[in-house]
This record gives sequence, structure tokens and C-alpha cells, in this order.
Amino acid sequence: MSTAAGGARRLVDRIRWARSQRIALDIRGGSTKSFYGELPRGAPLDVRDLSGIASYEPSELVVTARAGTPLAELEAALAEKGQCLPFEPPRFAPGGTVGGMVAAGLSGPARASVGAVRDYVLGVTVLNGRAELLTFGGQVIKNVAGYDVSRMMVGSWGVLGVLCEVSLKVTSARGATATLVFDWDERRALESLARWRSQPLPLHASAWHEGRLHLRLSGALAAVRSACGRLGGVELEPSAAAAWWEGVRDHAHEFFKLGEAELADGECLWRLSVPATTPLLELPGRQFIEWGGAQRWWRTRARSNELRGAAARAGGHATLVRAADKSAGAFAPVDSVLMRIHRSLKRAFDPDRIFNAGRLYADL
Amino acid sequence: MPDEEQSNAARQREVSEALARVLPRSAILTRREDTAPYECDSLTAYRASPMVVVLPGNDEQLVATLQTCHRLGVPVVARGAGTGLSGGALPHRSGVTVSLAKFNRILKVDPLACTAVAQCGVRNLAISEAAAPYGLYYAPDPSSQIACTIGGNVAENSGGVHCLKYGLTLHNVLRVRGYTAQGEALEFGSQALDAPGLDLLAVIVGSEGMLAVITEVTVKLVPKPELARCIMASFATIEAAGGAVANVIARGLVPAGLELMDQQMTIVAENYVHAGYDLTAAAILLCESDGTPEQVAEEIAAMARVLEESGATRLEVSRDEAQRIRFWSGRKNAFPASGGISPDYMCMDSTIPRKRLAEMLLAIQAMEAKYQLRCVNVFHAGDGNLHPLILFDANDAEQFKRCERFGAEILETSLKLGGTVTGEHGVGVEKLNSMCVQFSAAELEQFLAVKRAFDPGELLNPGKVIPTLRRCAEYGKMHIHHGMLPHPELERF
Repeated sequence: MSTAAGGARRLVDRIRWARSQRIALDIRGGSTKSFYGELPRGAPLDVRDLSGIASYEPSELVVTARAGTPLAELEAALAEKGQCLPFEPPRFAPGGTVGGMVAAGLSGPARASVGAVRDYVLGVTVLNGRAELLTFGGQVIKNVAGYDVSRMMVGSWGVLGVLCEVSLKVTSARGATATLVFDWDERRALESLARWRSQPLPLHASAWHEGRLHLRLSGALAAVRSACGRLGGVELEPSAAAAWWEGVRDHAHEFFKLGEAELADGECLWRLSVPATTPLLELPGRQFIEWGGAQRWWRTRARSNELRGAAARAGGHATLVRAADKSAGAFAPVDSVLMRIHRSLKRAFDPDRIFNAGRLYADL
Repeated sequence: MPDEEQSNAARQREVSEALARVLPRSAILTRREDTAPYECDSLTAYRASPMVVVLPGNDEQLVATLQTCHRLGVPVVARGAGTGLSGGALPHRSGVTVSLAKFNRILKVDPLACTAVAQCGVRNLAISEAAAPYGLYYAPDPSSQIACTIGGNVAENSGGVHCLKYGLTLHNVLRVRGYTAQGEALEFGSQALDAPGLDLLAVIVGSEGMLAVITEVTVKLVPKPELARCIMASFATIEAAGGAVANVIARGLVPAGLELMDQQMTIVAENYVHAGYDLTAAAILLCESDGTPEQVAEEIAAMARVLEESGATRLEVSRDEAQRIRFWSGRKNAFPASGGISPDYMCMDSTIPRKRLAEMLLAIQAMEAKYQLRCVNVFHAGDGNLHPLILFDANDAEQFKRCERFGAEILETSLKLGGTVTGEHGVGVEKLNSMCVQFSAAELEQFLAVKRAFDPGELLNPGKVIPTLRRCAEYGKMHIHHGMLPHPELERF
């Protein structure tokens, strides 16, 4: 990864400077997810000039891109070859980068059926807090040489190191798709999703909101057509369906848009990650259910302990995504033993705590 | 009695007496004849006698064992079924081997959630058997699935034939419970699709027993496909077969299995199982599709087209389940069949980009001549995961050395082609030297720092996976100046 090494030189200097001055750095790509998690702090460390696709082998289904590469550029290059990032990373706003996608570790509507970002990361090159350029994983699908450090970087919010280059497994985007709509209440939608889950159906994504279930199928044409016949519902016209799912993926759907006034008024956007079989959650506010029931978004003024309590009782956790006041912590806390391991890992990668201090948890 | 032996005996007495205060006597083995079965895993060329073997019967006993070992500073080597192929469960001479064989209960199968909760000692296949009444199964299927345990699968991030379509252990595990070296309870992942904080589940999977002792695993189950059909395709050259694999993948097809056997392997397997393989082919491919009948029909037609375009000289599609199983019988029995034609074999496990397969196979052919040893090839071609089997006679020390050099050259060639030294069998002790080639000193130090973050006293399976920098320096020096491997520090029988 000599090119990454060359492009990373400026970052190395800046890390050394920050280390000597004991200054915290805020690792930045397109800043499209700065609202997510705890507040970014420190002097900016812009990685956007570490940009470009280093290698792309459509026949190998593997792409290696530098961290500052715009996500749109990567997705366009893949689309040109009939391939895609199957986990549909949310874009929130234009300008997001590959590094930001991996550091945030967020996945879109297809996550329950195809897996998350971390399932597609094959390798990373990172700069740790000692400004050492390290490569973990590689460009092949199966690789168990050493601990899987590359996948631990996914969703680490930059607290362990600066991502410089990422290798990803990609997939063909050529399968047939269809979107079915059912006018069902929450109970009937959840029950049907549970029944379908254990059947060999080409399920791809699901979203329930205010009395309507959208179900996307994807796979071999014959399988998709036969499932449409079996499941019923009303089929959406393809371009309308694509636009609707993009709205869910990127949070452009009306449900996810909280204006300044609503935030100031105490309304919050929560993400509850729970077992898919969790029964109806009785909480005040409006709800948007994805991932076959495993991801439940709430727009609510309810107190944080109500949301965190409901998620924990179900065997999951709750993230405070959008709020004027995040003093309750953006991410659910982990138990004391795991927290000790988190702190030790932070020390192992970033002994002087210069990277994204407090972005994930206050004392990381 | 020499001083060292005396002090070893004293230490053994000290540790076993301390353990006896917290465990039933029957759970502690110290006599050589009782501990002998634990001397190695399935990499039998590497053996060591454990100081003590403990068989805890429940969590309380395991915690008591860990606390005692931690207090006395005794290394702990966790062990499942001992089917590992890289010496990951090789005992520590001054350590306690903890057999988790008694953690063998399936705690729950949830057909609605499509999950199963199993104790770590449950066999891989037993999970699928328990899920079968609900039309579900656990997808990762290492060749040893009849015997290997789910805890061992998590420790190694095991693969198998189905992984091309259904993912590795990592992709099929939701939650892992276990204990730190100090005996504190741990939980990684959750029953939801993610958990707060760093993704430590990703690090635990494949950590070869060095970060925590795993006791319970929650796995994803998937609906059993209605139908599976397999294509058996013959190729006149290795290059054509390798090219066909790359073409299938490039076309966006995801076979449920895509395996390659070279001619030597095909002959060995045919003699063993009589599957009706084409013995005139330079290589045969097995390419499977599963799903609904419509999906399978569509995929099989598309796969057959690509294989024909790639120069297949003969194509046969399984007509029924019996024939499909016959097609696979030789592939599934490749290892025992190889055992029948050679006193010993060493199984390699590197992964390379698929487009380099033919190049790699030709390089291996050249190495056969160079090292004067036969090598048969059978592997997960769709993943680019090679399993060359080098045939040798372990009673001939000189042959064993040649075999080790042969293996090391395969691994280093794999790295040069853009691959990795281990795809699914793990590093264990076997590939410590190769880790020096794949990773820089700073990267190895970072691995060690990860270990210390979980296990500050470095008591869990010490000496595995991460080579010391001194070892690497010695290996590099000898490798460069003499073109030879050093004698590993481990004793061999």
C-alpha cells in the first residue's frame, strides 16, 4: 500500500505534532455524520486529500479505496460495472467518504438480509496514535491471519486510529427486485415478518411506518416473481420503489427530519436495535421499523431511561441519534468489564488519546 | 532427578492441589497416561504434554479454574474437540489445558428468531440437527463438522464449503459469552443485530483462545433450501479450471459451493469413494446452486453456460439428491483418502485472489519437482482458499524438513500473489514463522497490544498466533542467508 503510505505522510506529521503538543484531533471526512454520536472535539484532521480508488477488480468482487474517497465516487465506479455496496450505507448528505462510512459502521435497509458494513470489510490500513502505518486483513475473502483488527475499526468512530485505506467485498447489483406494499398495522406486520423469516424467500428489506409495510424482494428473477405471487400485496412501480427506499436509506424520509424547532422542543430521534422478534414496544411518539423488526426508530419526547430501559429489556440497546441535549450519552453504555477492555484497547492504539476523544464514550 | 524436573513436579503439585480445593477431584487430570490424549490437536506433528488437564462441568467450575490459574500465574489453553489443524490447542508445558467437552448442551432453538443458543462444546453438526425439525440449519460447515465444536469454530473463524454463499463463522454468530483470564463474565455482541461500543465480537471470532474463554454461542440459523443441485465439470488444463472459477465469480453468480480437485486428488478420491469422477480431466470443479426450484433452475443454467464458455470438456448436473451426494463424496473424503496413499500429509490453507489460482497451481507443480514430494490439491476455489496436501513420511526427518520448506514456499508465494497465509485453519503454532512474513514488526506489536488489552497477564493460550520479534529476526536471518527454515523450538514426535 505504498500509495496510501505516500498520501499518509502529511497525516503522520500532523499526528506527531498533535502528540507532542498533546492536542486532540477530530478526524474528518465529509462531516456528514457529525450529528451522530457524541460531539466532535479537537483540531480538525482532514483526510479528504487521501482520496481515490487504489484498485478495483470487478472479477474479484474486491475494491480498495483510500479513506477520503467520496462515497458517491466509489458507488459510481461500482455501478459502472454492475456492482454495489450491498449493505446500503446511509448518506445523510452529499460529500460523505469511504472512511466515514467504515468509521461510523452504519448500514441501510438491506442490513438484516445481506449483513452490515463490517461483514464486507476485508482489510484496512490505519495510522495509530504512534503514527505507525499498519495494515490488517487484506484483499481476499477468507483470512484468519492474526486478530480481525480491520473489522474492529468498523463503527469505532475513529477512536482507535485514522483509516487510510479500506478493502471491501462488493457484490453484483444485477439481481431482480420488487417492492410490495401491505396496509397492515404494526402487530400484523411484525407477525408476518417473523413468519417469512424462517422461509426460503428472497427477502431483502422491510420498513413499517404508520399502518403500511414496504417489503423489498431481491434475487433470481424466477424466485422474486414466485414470491410476489405468493405474498400478495400491491407492487410498487420500480422507479417509485427505488426512490422510496433511498429516502429510508439516507433519512430523507419525512419521519427522520427533525427541524430546529422540534429539537428545541425536546423531540429526539432514537434508534433501538433489538431482537427482531421483540413484541410491540409501548412508547410515546412515532415509530419507523426496519430490518424485519430488529431496528426500531422512535421520534419521541420520552426520557432516555425509558428508551434505554425498553431496549435493554428486549435484549438490545438504544442510541440517541438526534437531540438538542445528548447529556444522557449518545450510545448505550457497556458493562464495567467491557469498558475496561475498551479503555485498554484505546491505550493500545492511541496511548495519548489524540483521536476523536469522547466521540464514542466520554473516557475513550 | 534433575533440578528442573523436580521443580516441574513441585509446580504441578502446587497447581493441582490449588485446583483440587475448588474442583471435584474427577475434573483434574495430572497422570501422564490421563493427559496423553490432550497432547496435540489434529496437527499431530506438534505435541506437548500439559502440566494439568481440567474438565470443568459448569460455569462455576470454569470460573474457579480461571481464578486459581490467574492467582498462580498459570497459562490456560482452552480446548474443544481438538480437530484444529494449526496447533491452536497445543498444550503449554507449564500450563493447564481446559477441556470444555462438558459444555455440550444446546440451550435454545428459536425458530421465529432463526437463532440457536449452544454451549461451546456442542458439535457444529448437532446445531443443524437440532434446527432441522424447523426447516432451519447452521450454514458454516467445516469438513470436521461431525466432530468440531461451535466454540472451536468461533475461536478459529471456521469456514467450509458453504461459506462462499453464507459467510464465515463471523457472519453467522450474533453473541458470544465467556470469561476473561481472571474469570470475569463477558458478553460480546447481542441477540440484536449489533451491540453498543467497539465491535469486540469481530475480534473474539478468530482469536484462537487468546483473548477470552468462550462458553456460549448464539448463532444465526437459515432456512434450509428447498433444493440443491450440483454441476460436475471437467477441464483439460489447470489454467482452464482456474479461469472458470474466476469467470463464475465475475459473472456475479454466488454458488452454494465451488470446489476444485486436481487430477492427482481426483484419482485418490475416486479410488476411495468410487464417485464416478472423470479421471482423464486435469481438474474437476464442483459447482452447486441451492434455493427454490425456480432459482436453482435459473442459476444452474447460468453456471453451466459460464463453465462451458470457460472450456469445460464434460458437464454433468446432478439429477437427484443421491447423485448430488455422490458428486460431493470424494471432495468430502479428500483428507482421509489422502491418508490412505501416504503415511503423512501436511495440509496448507492460504487464500489468494481467484484470478491467480492457475498461476498458483502451476507454481505448486514446479515445487513438487523442486522438493521431490507429491502434492495433491483440493480446495474452496470460489473463495480462493487453497488446501494443498503435501504427502510425506514423518518417520523420515529429512523428508519432513523438505515438506516444511515446501509448505513455507507455498505460503510465501500466496503472499506474493496478494493473499494471506491462512484462510480458515488459523495460525496456531504452525504458521508463526509465516506471520513474520505477512506482518511488520509494528503490526505484530499491535496484535500483542490487543491481546494485553483483554489478557494483561498473557495467560490465555500464550505463544500462539503472534510470533515474537526475536523469532521473526531469527527466521528472517536464516531464511535470507541459508534459504532454510530454522528448527522450530517445539519438540516433535
